[in-house]
Amino acid sequence: MSKFKKIFATDSYIVPLVAILMGFLVGAVVMLIGGYDPIAAYSALFKRVFGSPYDFGEAIREMTPLMLTGLAVAFAFRSGMFNIGADGQVMIGMTAASVVGIKLAGTLPSFVLVPLAVIAAGVCGGLWAGIAGFLKAKRGINEVITTIMLNWIALFLSNYIVRTFLLLQGQNRSEDIPASLSMSFLFSTFDNARLHWGTVIALAAATFFYIYLWKTKQGYEMRAVGLNPHAAEYAGMNVGRNVVKAMFISGVFAGLAGAGEVLGVFHYQSVFAASPGYGFDGIAVALLGLTHPLGVILAAILYGTLTYGSAGMSFGADVPPELIRIVIGSIIFFIAAQGIVRWVLKPFYFKRKKEKVL
Amino acid sequence: MDFVILGQLLNTTLVFSTALIFASLGGIFSERSGVVNIGLEGLMMFGAFAAAVGGYYAQEAGMGAWAPWVGVLSAMAVGVIGSLIHAVASITFKADQTISGTVINFLAAGSTLYMVKLIFEGSGETPLLDGFNKVAIPGLSKIPVIGEGIFNSYPTTYLAIILVIVIYFILFKTPFGLRLRAVGEHPSAADTLGVNVNRMRYIGVMLSGLLAGIGGATITLTTTGTFAHNTISGQGFIAIAAMIFGKWNPLGAFGAAVFFGLSQAIRNYVQLFEWSKNIPQEFIFMIPYVLTIIVLVSAVGRSSAPKALGEPYDPSKR
Repeated sequence: MSKFKKIFATDSYIVPLVAILMGFLVGAVVMLIGGYDPIAAYSALFKRVFGSPYDFGEAIREMTPLMLTGLAVAFAFRSGMFNIGADGQVMIGMTAASVVGIKLAGTLPSFVLVPLAVIAAGVCGGLWAGIAGFLKAKRGINEVITTIMLNWIALFLSNYIVRTFLLLQGQNRSEDIPASLSMSFLFSTFDNARLHWGTVIALAAATFFYIYLWKTKQGYEMRAVGLNPHAAEYAGMNVGRNVVKAMFISGVFAGLAGAGEVLGVFHYQSVFAASPGYGFDGIAVALLGLTHPLGVILAAILYGTLTYGSAGMSFGADVPPELIRIVIGSIIFFIAAQGIVRWVLKPFYFKRKKEKVL
Repeated sequence: MDFVILGQLLNTTLVFSTALIFASLGGIFSERSGVVNIGLEGLMMFGAFAAAVGGYYAQEAGMGAWAPWVGVLSAMAVGVIGSLIHAVASITFKADQTISGTVINFLAAGSTLYMVKLIFEGSGETPLLDGFNKVAIPGLSKIPVIGEGIFNSYPTTYLAIILVIVIYFILFKTPFGLRLRAVGEHPSAADTLGVNVNRMRYIGVMLSGLLAGIGGATITLTTTGTFAHNTISGQGFIAIAAMIFGKWNPLGAFGAAVFFGLSQAIRNYVQLFEWSKNIPQEFIFMIPYVLTIIVLVSAVGRSSAPKALGEPYDPSKR
């Protein structure tokens, strides 16, 4: 048994790394089949991200909501739930931040207004997710179905609020939001890239995630409920309360992502024609990051780099940017099906063993 | 209310429900065998893409009215191939089923658009197809309301309704269905009785790919006529909801799919009713989703998922 554990421990970083490499390899093969030059494409991708301060800043901007929605999905996962609803929670967060940012502007100084808008976004996102948690705890209703429904309801509710109370005359978006999370002091350094405080909030959220889940009694309970609700109940834990709390915290993360987007990036809220897809990226990031906060940050960096760079790939090497989804999908596939990675690595392990014997 | 409108509303409802019926039936096969299938969305994308491409080339080759059926066949084939990725990862390599389902969604979103751009020289959309025409069933289509509503539909709609009954029969009245369900409820018991657990699960997942593929094909061949990035946009997730809402039962899923289809149809007709003029459109769009939650809260209660759902089968762990 201890031997088994040892293999696991040394594999914990090798397997994801090999999985990433294999994902890039699959992408390269697909490009070759399509008649493209993978080396040119990948170098165009990385050149796009790291080529200019502006693009680097924008890539960080792209990573920020990914970190938060990734944390949201991962936190729910750790507590035994699948939160497909991060998308709706982001939209509710956006709307709450917009309402506070527009309606209370002028009555409050900005050092009160901005935090208030951010808090409103977090709390409303949390309450929105909390509905699914409450229904699961009280009535045993599958959170997958409720969060899918809540995504649609959030879409229409947000659009209604924006169209009725916040609309900019004649446009399909809200008025400009005076409250701002922009890091204006960095604008010149990054050539006006839209960096904002949301990134700092995301890193703080990841820290909170780690400390709360692994260093507090409440977090211990939550993980216990996630691992085995029956055992947790038997041990005297209140499963229902933990489920609601976990969904609330998960929703707070997603709501904060929404605040960052409207207060830091766009400075207005659009009327959405369809679901914006933040939540689904969040699922991918959470899975790539093995639902660990540090992993989620790294995964968001990888995911953000790849998606932002994919635009460069199409300019530089004419490769359709959709290819990057194949790469990301393959990476998640290889991380999930570690058996395949181990099978690929097997010859190397054998070699090592032989050396030892000799 | 006008009866003509009622018939048209019923007809449009069925048009929008058809894809959901196919996909949720597919989901039932997979989940009844014990494999979670979050990948229905992606499998529908594969199907919609294959139908658009297969149908287009068949049309170019001059196959006329048969061309859409070539589209359906291509969708079935590509759906099965796509589902194999999920099967290999989750059954053979015992990966987390939620994760490998998500992988399907990702690979489908990426690879279908990539291929569309490759095949049609950089265009993000396939050329417009003729697709299926509605077929009126002689005699029955003359019945008021129902004739207009049901018996003047696309062939895929008839196929979907027939399949609901056939699959109900297969699942609950045949040895195959019994084995499939046994593998999803209590795999080790099924194994003891000589049922090959992994093989049954492969079949379940592949059938889900086949049916979700037809579901996707239905959308390109009846409603949109093309395949683009937003052709599916959430239908697969609604199909999952329909499956859960319908308690993993073909008849229940059918009812739920029709319910969601109605919600989409109402959008097209809502302007026609006098009473709806003063209600903001967003609230009307919300109705089915809010109703679903209310129904779940008040009536359905505890969900009845197959017991072994989500657990890879490991014979050494009894």
